[in-house]
Amino acid sequence: MEITAENKVLKFVEGLIPPSDGTSIRKEALQALNGMDFPTTRVEEWKYTRVGRITNKTFQQEERKANIEKYKITNLDAHLVVFVNGYFDASLSTIKEDKALSVQSIEKLDLDYYSEIMEETEENVFSLINKGYQTGGVYIKVGENEKTAYPIHLLHLTTGEGIISNAQHFIHLEKGSKTELITTYDSDEAENSFTNIVIEGHIEENANLTIQKLQFEEKNVFHISNEFFVQDPSSQFKINTITTGSLLTRNGLNVIVEGENCHTEMNGVYLGTENQHLDNHTLIEHLYSNCTSSETYKGVMDDKSTGVFNGKVIVRPNAKKIEAYQSNGNILLSKSSTVNSKPELEIYADDVRCSHGSTTGQLDEDAIYYLRTRGISEQKAKKLMVAAFIGEVLDKVDNSDIRKKVDQHFLEHFGWVF
Amino acid sequence: MGYTEEELAKDLENQEYKFGFTSNFESDKAPNGLSEEIIRFISAKKEEPAWLLAKRLQAYEAWKEMTEPEWAHVHYDKPSFQDICYYSAPKQSKKYESWDDVDPEMKETMAKLGISLEEQQRLTGTAVDFVMDSVSVATSFKKKLNELGIIFCSFSEAVQDHPELVKKYMGTVVPSKDNFYAALNSAVFTDGSFCYIPKGVRCPMELSTYFRINEGGTGQFERTLVVAEKGSYVSYLEGCTAPMRDENQLHAAVVELIALDDAEIKYSTVQNWYPGDKNGKGGVYNFVTKRGLCERNAKISWTQVETGSAVTWKYPSCILKGDNSIGEFYSVAVTNNYQQADTGTKMIHLGKNTKSTIISKGISAGHSHNSYRGLVQIHGNAENARNFSQCDSLLMSDTSGAHTFPYIECKNNSAKIEHEATTSKIGEDQIFYCKQRGIDEEKAIGLIVNGYCKEVLNQLPMEFAVEAQKLLEISLENSVG
Repeated sequence: MEITAENKVLKFVEGLIPPSDGTSIRKEALQALNGMDFPTTRVEEWKYTRVGRITNKTFQQEERKANIEKYKITNLDAHLVVFVNGYFDASLSTIKEDKALSVQSIEKLDLDYYSEIMEETEENVFSLINKGYQTGGVYIKVGENEKTAYPIHLLHLTTGEGIISNAQHFIHLEKGSKTELITTYDSDEAENSFTNIVIEGHIEENANLTIQKLQFEEKNVFHISNEFFVQDPSSQFKINTITTGSLLTRNGLNVIVEGENCHTEMNGVYLGTENQHLDNHTLIEHLYSNCTSSETYKGVMDDKSTGVFNGKVIVRPNAKKIEAYQSNGNILLSKSSTVNSKPELEIYADDVRCSHGSTTGQLDEDAIYYLRTRGISEQKAKKLMVAAFIGEVLDKVDNSDIRKKVDQHFLEHFGWVF
Repeated sequence: MGYTEEELAKDLENQEYKFGFTSNFESDKAPNGLSEEIIRFISAKKEEPAWLLAKRLQAYEAWKEMTEPEWAHVHYDKPSFQDICYYSAPKQSKKYESWDDVDPEMKETMAKLGISLEEQQRLTGTAVDFVMDSVSVATSFKKKLNELGIIFCSFSEAVQDHPELVKKYMGTVVPSKDNFYAALNSAVFTDGSFCYIPKGVRCPMELSTYFRINEGGTGQFERTLVVAEKGSYVSYLEGCTAPMRDENQLHAAVVELIALDDAEIKYSTVQNWYPGDKNGKGGVYNFVTKRGLCERNAKISWTQVETGSAVTWKYPSCILKGDNSIGEFYSVAVTNNYQQADTGTKMIHLGKNTKSTIISKGISAGHSHNSYRGLVQIHGNAENARNFSQCDSLLMSDTSGAHTFPYIECKNNSAKIEHEATTSKIGEDQIFYCKQRGIDEEKAIGLIVNGYCKEVLNQLPMEFAVEAQKLLEISLENSVG
């Protein structure tokens, strides 16, 4: 398509600088961006999320120094990889001695391997902007039949006004390996900044990956993430996504299961207050037989916030004996809060057991009354009920240090004790 | 494309589609194609008042600006709107005084359909408004309905005899610019049914209309308008069968229901248009807009059994405008061979204490694709709204597909919404159990499918329930591999 001055994408990226090395990933992304436009709500995938608030602004890339002490996870013994505004900060990072692990710059990624693995993934305009104007990122590799001695903590901090962070990571688990990845997102005085993150991963045969994602940014920034994972036979993948942050969040999570006997688990909690818009978009695509997947997302919306859940399970022809389970629960605490839920099943094979459920409601008045008759104040009773509601998902966070961090965050921000 | 006797004979040999036959009527046909002249021609033919022609032309102008929707989960060759004949009426357009005057060939046609008027009159007490190629030729029980003040007639008659009612209600629920096919229908609709139940009247019999596509290459553009005045009740039945055709026929109907305060409308459909042969050739395109409006304390209940059509695109909806109103949707959709169905409902909750129930059962066999697409929307003022949805899909072959696309939008914190969906196949243990008891596999599957659909079939009036059960069995014949 011809490049015109009206092209919004072009205007958006005008002030951005592509990385100097210009590998083929960047070139292809820049090429693909040509003629693309930002999605409107007429595009099915973006029906409930308006990105105008982001795309009408302009952002710049800026490398900065920052203090990350308060964003660390207390007591967590992990490899710490720090990104400030999407740039790798070696002075703040500590990568320990671990024979199972290699952490390199994303530039070290073998491009032939990369394009073969990520062949099936569907890019969107934001993942392309990320790749074309990438600020930094790591290529994490866990060796064959190895288990990392410590979890890996990717700490992302955005600081400063009007900043765009385009960090791109790739995690590669070789056959039979195992690791836990913790990704945290925070912001500090980052008015109108935009975290545009891409994480891709390849989980080889018999490998096991767990990701804990904590999105705790302040409510004056934007967050769009695009996560793509490919699972080989007999691999296990689990991701817990906890979102309370940013004015507008879009978590795009896509898993392609390219082998038999795999298990995929996705859990999520989203808590919205003020005028936040929290969108969780997930896709699990089953291409082979004998796999299971389970998905549980729960949301609590307060004030004028909006929650979106769009979960899609695709079972391709010839993928037999698939068991896929998906559930989404929402509680609306205030009159002006909104929830849009769209759980989808696309099944092209017959020998499957797939189900999904979605509920939207409010706290049970009878239960609150019950608690009040036992001398618990109404406010406290409500907190207790909300805690119990999302507790089901939080209990799936089996790393106690992470769980403590989450609990502490909730206590600080919502006054809820779990 | 012409249709010769030889082709017809060939078609008749093919027994896949039980109701595939053609009546030899001479039609009063308009030339193919769509233009302002054609719309004027239709309007003139039907001796319509000027305001209706103006409405048609307005819709046509709007339609020209619109593009065909592509969001549905179906793939098909787009119909060419200039190759369709928009008006065709049986020549014997004079009205019959008594049943004996009706053309014997017509009677035979109905007998083949298994819906002989005599039988229906005698046994079921059902008034039948028979639509053949867009013009209704027989109306029964008119007198009895007249006594109660119930108006049940063809749409064109209503335009002539009750223009004030048609003018007042037509297009209020489905505006002419609503969507591509509704706009097309609004521009070129030829006939349909009109039903008006006066205040406080409970219609003593099931009202039914049989639609039938007869002339090759004729798109059918039906328009149905049912108005239930305050405190009235009506149960309306609609069933369709169509003869076998090689080229795709387009069916774009619009159905509008209006239930005023305390009224109740029950609308049941058995849809069995020609689904195409087993290689997916031919078949009817069924792109229908059905919508009902509920005022205070009113109730609208949609029940549908969909077994026919090559491509179905249909979402009977309820706008729950009045407080305490109720919307219901019960559906069984069966697809076999290369059929595609994208069907479901929309429940728009606007009033307080509104309730809706959605029960959808999809069965896909052969190479077919069956999608449920539903919207439950709770608006900010809909206090205490309640919705329950259940969408189950049954897969009968590994080449078929079952898809679920529910949209749940909630803007009120006092609403309760539940949605659940499952997709699975018939359990081998269930079939084994039946076989053990001497029931062969084919019958066992019929049994299980009927049990699976029972919740929906129970909602149908008795005569229809029997027909629907038979249809399910016929539709799934030889589908088990």
